Amino acid sequence: MTITAPRRRPYRAPAPLGGRARAPHRRRPGLKASVFLFPAIVILGAFVVWPMISALRLSFTDASGFGAVHWVGLENYVRVLSDPKIRESVVNTVIYTATFTPTAVLAALVLALLVNNPRMPFASFFRTALFVPFMVSLAVGAFAWSYLIDPQVGLLNYWLGAVGIHLGNVLEDPTLALPAVAMVAVWKSFGFYFVIFLAGLQDIPRSLYEAATVDGANWWNRFRFITVPMLSNTFAFVLVFAVIAALQAFDQIYVMTGGGPYGHTQTIVMEIYESGFRRLELGFASALSYVLLIATLLLSLIQFAFFSRRERDLS
Amino acid sequence: MTAATGRRLHPATIGGFVSLVVVTALALLPIAIIVFTAFKPVANSVLFAGGVTLFALVFDSLAAYALARIDFRGRRVLLVAIIATLMIPFQATLVPVYQLVSNLGWVNTFAGLIAPRAADAFGIFFLRQFFLAIPRELDSAARIDGAGEFRIYRSIVLPNAIPALMTLGVFIFVNNWNDLLWPLVFTTEQSMGTLTSGLTLLTGPGGIIPYGVMMAGSLVAVVPLVIGFLFVQRRFIESIATTGLK
Repeated sequence: MTITAPRRRPYRAPAPLGGRARAPHRRRPGLKASVFLFPAIVILGAFVVWPMISALRLSFTDASGFGAVHWVGLENYVRVLSDPKIRESVVNTVIYTATFTPTAVLAALVLALLVNNPRMPFASFFRTALFVPFMVSLAVGAFAWSYLIDPQVGLLNYWLGAVGIHLGNVLEDPTLALPAVAMVAVWKSFGFYFVIFLAGLQDIPRSLYEAATVDGANWWNRFRFITVPMLSNTFAFVLVFAVIAALQAFDQIYVMTGGGPYGHTQTIVMEIYESGFRRLELGFASALSYVLLIATLLLSLIQFAFFSRRERDLS
Repeated sequence: MTAATGRRLHPATIGGFVSLVVVTALALLPIAIIVFTAFKPVANSVLFAGGVTLFALVFDSLAAYALARIDFRGRRVLLVAIIATLMIPFQATLVPVYQLVSNLGWVNTFAGLIAPRAADAFGIFFLRQFFLAIPRELDSAARIDGAGEFRIYRSIVLPNAIPALMTLGVFIFVNNWNDLLWPLVFTTEQSMGTLTSGLTLLTGPGGIIPYGVMMAGSLVAVVPLVIGFLFVQRRFIESIATTGLK
């Protein structure tokens, strides 16, 4: 970090005849970068980082939006770790994440591979159609799904009943409610991951496949030795985002079950919302937010470590 | 018949004409109010979601360029820090963000709705991943020809990343168009409300949802996005076709 420390300079191509011998941008990479980064850093700093510091300060207080604020030390954090209701919401969030993530990511990947096949008829129709659910707000989609699985008038229940499957009142069922709200999120999100996979697949140079075909590689070998390594960056990206999205589950649960039946769909963010915006326990809600933040951060760091190691192994 | 064909209008005709104008205006007034009131939330949605998309694409791509292309110290640390901000559930920062926006006097303004989202970690990371895939040999060639960083950003990286920029633009626009909590928190006046936040007014506190009306309103919220996406989809394929051919 010292100024006198020797710096590794990037390779500099010799200047063309008559050109400037030393372009200033190559000598001050930090300065150049800061110009590019400035607007984004200001926005993220003011509206994400600084509020997070405010929230951290709040998490050690009994702030409630009204009256005097007292310093309470770790009291909120002790409550987060000891309250059985909070523990249940943590378990629910883990089950939800374990249901949502593999389902959404695998569905997106398989569909992207199918649509990316140049011989697939109506590929552009499927690409558009599969993305449509992502354009619908999760709250609006949740209303539609509530209507579809309504035990009295629900079309889905009626059809499943016709083939002998009786789901009953899914959203009131303690075992089915959580997978049901997870599947609504899968329905809403898979199109998003699908389009990212598709963009990633289309970034793979076609010449690689042509060369491999010339060398006699079959479909599986082309997939295994071209698609998989070239797509690993995209896969890391999608997986990280799916897990993060799952840990922040809120909208459709709020609309469909409100955390019920008997807290069986209560997630961490539902708990944050209820304590922070309903009961106005700002301090406790902030402490809970921090626990969620740290859990999310650790998970993502593990994923990134894994994928950056794999990238190195491949190159 | 004679009055209609004659050169001079009879005073009675003028009187009749004026009363017709007045009555017609009054008859159409409620319709006009319906149209204006209906388009106000749509216009708000367009300005909010469109504004966020425009600013975020510019600021995100600038930051992503620096993170993908400029070798500066602390790049990796900064990237991790930006990704870390992505992991902050926005419910956790909503109260302090509201306090900040309120102190700036930006509640019920487009500045308040747009500024906090004018850059986002998601877009920066997303574009960086795509920028990394653009061959660096192109930069080197431009650099030898004397191009500066901004020139490389604008003339080489951005044109090669059009599919990614369009993809991101669609995502940002749709996310904000559909967002509920954000416009509900930052707009307290109904005249500033968006289409999506307005729809929730249909869900009464009793919990009884008028499904038919709800779905009709949802249709209005969904149709512009579907039409918009169909338009982008076509250009999407075009840009992939032109950049995909070697």
